[in-house]
Amino acid sequence: MAVRMDVTPALRCRGLRRRYGDLIAVDGVSFEIALGETYGLLGPNGAGKTTVISMVAGVLRADAGEVSVAGQPMTPRTPAVKARIGYVPQDVALYPDLSGRENLRFFARLYGLSRAEARSRVAEVLETIGLAERARDPVGEYSGGMKRRLNIGVGLLHQPRLLILDEPTVGVDPQSRNAILASVEALATGGMAVLYTTHYMEEAQRLCDRVGVIDNGRLVAEGTVRELTALVGEHDRVVLAADGDLPAAAEKLRTVAGVREVSVGAGRLELLCGDGRAALPEILACLASAGVAVRSVELREPDLEAVFLHLTGKSLRD
Amino acid sequence: MGAALRIAGKDLRERVRDRSALLMAIVLPLVLAFIYDLIFGSAAIPRPFDYAVVDLDGGEVARVFVTDVLGEAEKQGYVTVRTASGVTAGEELAADGAVDAVFVLPAGFTAAVRSAAPAEVEVIGNVDSPTGVDVARSIARSYAAEIDASRLAVAAVLAGRDHADVPERELAAIAQKAAAATRPLVLEDVSAREKILDTQTYFAAGMAVFFLFFTVQFGVSSLLDERAQGTLARLLAAPIPRVSVLAGKLIASLALGLLSMTVLVVATTVLMGAAWGNPIGVALLVLGGVLAATGVTALVASLARTADQAGGWQAVIAVVLGLLGGAFIPISQVGGFVATLSLVTPHAWFMRGLAELAGGGGPGAALPATAAMVGFSVVTGAVAVIRLGKVVRP
Ligand SMILES: Nc1ncnc2c1ncn2[C@@H]1O[C@H](COP(=O)(O)OP(=O)(O)O)[C@@H](O)[C@H]1O
Ligand SMILES: [Mg+2]
Repeated sequence: MAVRMDVTPALRCRGLRRRYGDLIAVDGVSFEIALGETYGLLGPNGAGKTTVISMVAGVLRADAGEVSVAGQPMTPRTPAVKARIGYVPQDVALYPDLSGRENLRFFARLYGLSRAEARSRVAEVLETIGLAERARDPVGEYSGGMKRRLNIGVGLLHQPRLLILDEPTVGVDPQSRNAILASVEALATGGMAVLYTTHYMEEAQRLCDRVGVIDNGRLVAEGTVRELTALVGEHDRVVLAADGDLPAAAEKLRTVAGVREVSVGAGRLELLCGDGRAALPEILACLASAGVAVRSVELREPDLEAVFLHLTGKSLRD
Repeated sequence: MGAALRIAGKDLRERVRDRSALLMAIVLPLVLAFIYDLIFGSAAIPRPFDYAVVDLDGGEVARVFVTDVLGEAEKQGYVTVRTASGVTAGEELAADGAVDAVFVLPAGFTAAVRSAAPAEVEVIGNVDSPTGVDVARSIARSYAAEIDASRLAVAAVLAGRDHADVPERELAAIAQKAAAATRPLVLEDVSAREKILDTQTYFAAGMAVFFLFFTVQFGVSSLLDERAQGTLARLLAAPIPRVSVLAGKLIASLALGLLSMTVLVVATTVLMGAAWGNPIGVALLVLGGVLAATGVTALVASLARTADQAGGWQAVIAVVLGLLGGAFIPISQVGGFVATLSLVTPHAWFMRGLAELAGGGGPGAALPATAAMVGFSVVTGAVAVIRLGKVVRP
């Protein structure tokens, strides 16, 4: 765990706000990332994570608020500050007709590396992401996992002190996902500050020193995983896979003693209960009376999903 | 500027990899120019007008018209002239389509000029060749007008003397003078309409300028591709001025256009025997054409949401402008409204500029057409840059 010291943070965001037409996508988001710290933005799809990241990376102008990187104010028009950030967009952003090496070389030069620096850094990054063998092939022929790795590799070329990763594991097979998480851990251990967005609570729990929980454009809570789960108190999360009229069943469940929150997903119910084990018989009886067939039941200790449910009344995934 | 060039360089590399640009820029125009040249040969193409002349007069003034006016035009390659034995024979030639028009110098033409009587060269037209007939009429009219002017002058000089007393020799000299004054005027009229390209050059140039409007779109429209494939966000996050992204795309368009046109000019010269004309003049026209094509294409791209949509619209625009501008059929030959309308296309100016060069013009002859194309470029380009600027605005 990184120690938070009273020095200039790697990143500071103050009151970030951005609207698209009538929709306020990001509404007064403030947070800081210490040097060497890994900070997670955890929230469901549409929460505003990408919008926050785009403003931090200088891709998008903020309607209000400020971003500073290592103490330097950052806007879309301050190229020098941008050079301190490694930015990995959510979707694979590469040129499919060019080879892996050509993609890397282009971005290395764009980030101001000399020809010689670019050559050696490209070779290093290709090793790091395990693509040295395929460096000559057009990226269009890469597998999804390989593209993801190259996508991250581009952000590492200029050895930034702050790396921004926007949901880097979405749509990736479990093996590649694990490799990506491991490499982020390695980078963080190497002293890089990381801003990591995800809607997978497992990733936030595994990687992040601190997590900001974001919903509807607002940061609703922030802290270490331990601090956040403490917010839920002594509560268990009950996850039920079920078929039937789930919204109606949810209404009934809310009246069951011990049930704090109920959220409905596709073929799935999530409950927050004081004591899950004790409440379970009555929950199942209630569902049976509502004509809902239960396929499986899971009982979980408080985790970030429970935190999110507790804070928003919704589940992270729908 | 460095970043813009780097982005343009990357784009060119991409275009080389994906073969469609090569196909559009070089292969298709070359192949089509070849095919057109084979199929249509000289038939569809500007050629000298064929005229016949019937001299029922046999006098001095008629002879001047035949030998000096028509003869001079023939020497310069604008017309061919044959003699017909009589009006009926002439009418037959016109009706058969053997000639575009027949000049009839009526009996007593010279005498009429000598007196104050109206003197007129009659023109029998071939209905299938309106332009040829037009040109013939204008030759006849200008000659008559000149004669009238000279006659007034002569009348003033010879005031008080009886026309019949004017010696034949003196009158011939006056007629010569009139003809001499006439010639430049008539030929100017002909040349303005009829500086024409030979078949090979016409098809080479037509296809080159037509496909140019497809080629340059690979540069500008790739801005929309970058947005769609997410790489635009990367470019915007990079430590470079935003304007260099747009500049890079425009540079890529210009480079693609210049490159393809250069290859096409050289290849059609070597392979098809096209005669493009003065190299500096051609370079000016190519530059103007590439700028105009980039401007028009960028404007279309700025109105589209995706590169595909832009590609569709650009194809429509390229075909319409190409047809109207005479890239397929020599519109300028049709004359009238369509020819005038064709000047709203850069294509027409490009072809017109080349025709000026084919007429033996130096670089200066290409300047008006070049200026017109640069005008297109400035107007369309300015609107496009303002609109496309929004794409890279944070
Ligand atoms: N370019 C855009 N135009 C309009 N609405 C947008 C745009 N980008 C994002 N949004 C909206 O803003 C909200 C936040 O989106 P986003 O930041 O992408 O969320 P996340 O990354 O957390 O999934 C969503 O409701 C989304 O639909
Ligand atoms: Mg997102």
